[in-house]
Amino acid sequence: MSHIQTTVTKPYPRRVLPDFVRRLPVNAKITLGLMIILLVLLASICAPLLTPYDPVKNDLSQAFQPPGSEHWFGTDNFGRDIFTRMLYAARIDLQIGVFSVITPLLLGSLIGLLSGYFGGWFDSVMMRLVDIVISFPFIVLIIAIISILGTGLFNLYLAIALVGWSAYARIVRAEVLVIKQQEYILAARGMGYGHGRILFRHILPNVISSALVFAMSDVVLCILLGASLSFLGLGVQPPTPEWGAMIAEGRNFIINAWWIATIPGLGIIVTGLGFSLLGDGLAEKIESQ
Amino acid sequence: MQYAVKHIVSLVPVLLGISIITFFMIRLIPGDPAQILLGPRANPETVQRVTERMGLDQPLPNQYLIYMQNLFQGNMGDSIIIQQPVLTLIGERLDVTLFLVIYTTILSVLISVPIAMWSAVRKDSLLDNGFRAASIAGLSMPSFWIGILLMLLLSIKVKLFPVSGYGNTFSEHLRHLFLPALTISFSLTPVLIRPLRTKIITILSAEFVEAARARGIKESQVMIKHVLRNAVLGTVTILGVNVGWLLGGSVIVETVFSVPGLGQLLISSILTRDYPVIQGLVLVFAALVIVVNLLTDILYTILDPRVKLE
Repeated sequence: MSHIQTTVTKPYPRRVLPDFVRRLPVNAKITLGLMIILLVLLASICAPLLTPYDPVKNDLSQAFQPPGSEHWFGTDNFGRDIFTRMLYAARIDLQIGVFSVITPLLLGSLIGLLSGYFGGWFDSVMMRLVDIVISFPFIVLIIAIISILGTGLFNLYLAIALVGWSAYARIVRAEVLVIKQQEYILAARGMGYGHGRILFRHILPNVISSALVFAMSDVVLCILLGASLSFLGLGVQPPTPEWGAMIAEGRNFIINAWWIATIPGLGIIVTGLGFSLLGDGLAEKIESQ
Repeated sequence: MQYAVKHIVSLVPVLLGISIITFFMIRLIPGDPAQILLGPRANPETVQRVTERMGLDQPLPNQYLIYMQNLFQGNMGDSIIIQQPVLTLIGERLDVTLFLVIYTTILSVLISVPIAMWSAVRKDSLLDNGFRAASIAGLSMPSFWIGILLMLLLSIKVKLFPVSGYGNTFSEHLRHLFLPALTISFSLTPVLIRPLRTKIITILSAEFVEAARARGIKESQVMIKHVLRNAVLGTVTILGVNVGWLLGGSVIVETVFSVPGLGQLLISSILTRDYPVIQGLVLVFAALVIVVNLLTDILYTILDPRVKLE
């Protein structure tokens, strides 16, 4: 046995990278996107180490300081360091981006899966429901639901879940309709496999990638949505640091202190860019396969 | 025409669903619906009267019928805060929002069609890649932030445009709504450019373009007569699909620039818990999306005689 092994391994060159790293589906966009996201995540986690200031404590003697060496991005009307607040805000905004997407992704994919696979009355009902939900401008429906439920992060997630599933259901259903006609599914049926096994072991792995790619761009949309709602006063409430809420607070001082309302926008853009690049890269990767 | 009728009939279940959702909006708020509709300061007699008039003591299906009956008569109830019918409030502001939306559409088309054409012709050039990177960045920018930035640069630092409002004459509307329309365009153009570019690339390799070139027609003529025409056609469909996105953008941007439109009314009504107005607005926004989708479908058949919708 040992003899055979040595003869087989010998001709191969030494591998620089371990196998699992080389098999990762990576291209430039994915790498860059992941790096940006990780950087934002790390910066938000390590916020207390990166800055000596407190994100919510007022210090009126330091109010309206322009960007400089002491306060990189200046201070706001309460004398709070804007850079510090932006770091802490990343915790909330990243959380909004990720949590807002998980429930719609799971719920919508499940509905799309069942709808596409079984068809019939369930499919008709669900697709009419999708038609109805997408007739409303997305943000208007979210705002309306929040006006009933009240503000707060949990209600935001709930509102997004109630509306957001429709997009995933559509995407997954369309994929299932194609895949369920393929020979290997028909073969699996012929072998007498149960619906559950066919659905989750054979169909799901082949349809989930497009839902995941959409989820990446959805993260960007949800971060923008969360920031927009906070900007409108319907999301995260002050003094909790959140990028959109910070921009809203700075609006009143735009003439004399431009930095309060403008600089926090960079947090949204950088994070959004990271997820957009990741989503784009993944989409390209899947298309090329 | 026949198609339009058919299409409208197929919309009935969707319209029904929308009315049911808006109907339940108020019933889902914990508490007495009549009290919610009248606001916290209403006296018990008025609450009692409204309960009877709206049939709130009757079973839900009856309540829904009464709601629908009122709706068909153009009665959406009265605002709690401003003592006026909801329909009047919405009617006063509808034209402002429509002006903004049409203005944005024109601006977005003027920006995105040339960029998409340029990117498609010079595919994979430095500029094409630059535009693509810019659209990814554009999609990550919140519209309210772009609005504040434009306001800071073009109406506070350089006093080119008014900070807020709507104005009284048509030319004033154009001036007042330029920055709001430009702001929404910033987030709409990336959505338009990407599919347009792909479409133009397919058009450029189509046989009729080759044929036109073979006939010795000047390149500029080919671009304008054959490619541009088809590109605009494509834009109509893409715009139709994204009208919800466009209307949603108007809600936020109207608030930033204090434009007295439907979006601003929606936000102020939510902050004052003026539920009858919210209910009416949600209904109107959904109706707008449906009407625009219907119009784009019809417009498409007019612009492209090959298309026969059934």
